[in-house]
Amino acid sequence: MKIAVTSTGGSLNAQVAPNFGRCAYFIIVNSEDMKFEPISNPGTGMMGGAGPAAARLINDRDCKVLLTGSVGPNAQSALKQFDIEVVTGVSGTVKEAVDNYLETQK
Amino acid sequence: MKKIAVASGKGGTGKTTVSLLLTLIASKKYKVQLVDCDVENPNCHIFLGSFPIKKEKIGVFYPVINLEKCSFCKKCQEVCEYNCLLVLDDNVLFFPELCHPCKGCLFVCPEGAIDEGKREVGDICWFRESDNIYFNYAVMDVGEARANPLIEELKKNLENDVDLIIFDSPPGANCPMVQAVNDSDYVILVTEPTPFGLYDLKIAWSVVNKLGIPAGIVINRDEGEDKIITDFSSQENIPVILKIPFSLEFARLYSEGVIKADFFPDIEEKMFNIIESI
Ligand code: SF4
Ligand code: SF4
Repeated sequence: MKIAVTSTGGSLNAQVAPNFGRCAYFIIVNSEDMKFEPISNPGTGMMGGAGPAAARLINDRDCKVLLTGSVGPNAQSALKQFDIEVVTGVSGTVKEAVDNYLETQK
Repeated sequence: MKKIAVASGKGGTGKTTVSLLLTLIASKKYKVQLVDCDVENPNCHIFLGSFPIKKEKIGVFYPVINLEKCSFCKKCQEVCEYNCLLVLDDNVLFFPELCHPCKGCLFVCPEGAIDEGKREVGDICWFRESDNIYFNYAVMDVGEARANPLIEELKKNLENDVDLIIFDSPPGANCPMVQAVNDSDYVILVTEPTPFGLYDLKIAWSVVNKLGIPAGIVINRDEGEDKIITDFSSQENIPVILKIPFSLEFARLYSEGVIKADFFPDIEEKMFNIIESI
């Protein structure tokens, strides 16, 4: 399963970014082998609607879960349409966030 | 016809005071239209607006998707700079708060599946204060996020038979401010002689300078210690065109909704100089 985490940098040791649409990177982690792919977020330079665009982006990458600090209302309804599970209030490093999430799934 | 915009980088510096004084003084010689572009918080009407002529609703375009005709091709989603449209397999989501009604989606839809909806965003009001003063303002509905459609509507309603149009611009240096000052011949930048005043003046000037519009500074609530602004004025080569002294009595009257054009006898000549220099 693929998990998207908003991040301030391009590695697993970077901090989880506090917001979704305008974060610097998405780290897409495959929970089976913990391989990850950093994607620089085009939303940082968008005129508007970075939230729904970000939802589209992680949906296009087949992510089923999003770990982040917070999500705006427009992004929220887009994520719901895509059936992506959203966990907010997440902080610490990307790796910790994924480990904690997987722990709760056991 | 001359157009003057009165702007400032922040609220509370005295933009409305200057717009009103300029309107009242100019009307002694000229036919004037005052347009209150601060649609989020209009206040010129507190001092003016004794004879309302009419009031109308302002509506803006929004796309109405006809799912029967839609082929879910995503062309509308791709053209939308503001990501307001999300095309799913069997539905199209629209986020109205994000829409800057450009109609791009309407133009690109190959199936004719988008209809023109109209959404009310506020009201525009017309007033006739006196023979020589026309006055308009618009006010945004509660919950609306964007001021620009209302300012655009105000600008479509300029009188033809006036000599001078005065735009009371929204505070700040953002989209609504740019739209208010954009096509004027001159910008009056109102500030106060404090570090905060200077900080916001610099931001407002950087925008006006980029637009290439000539500008002058009005120092409001001036108690003599205004070096902080006059230094900036000489350094940037923008003239200080007027200083309005601090007066408790003027402020007291203002707080009761009263503005007196001849309260400061010295400013009349200077105001006419500004108008005639344009
Ligand atoms: S462009 Fe028209 S047909 Fe294509 S998805 Fe949008 S509304 Fe549907
Ligand atoms: S009108 Fe413009 S901003 Fe609004 S949905 Fe259509 S393309 Fe997007």
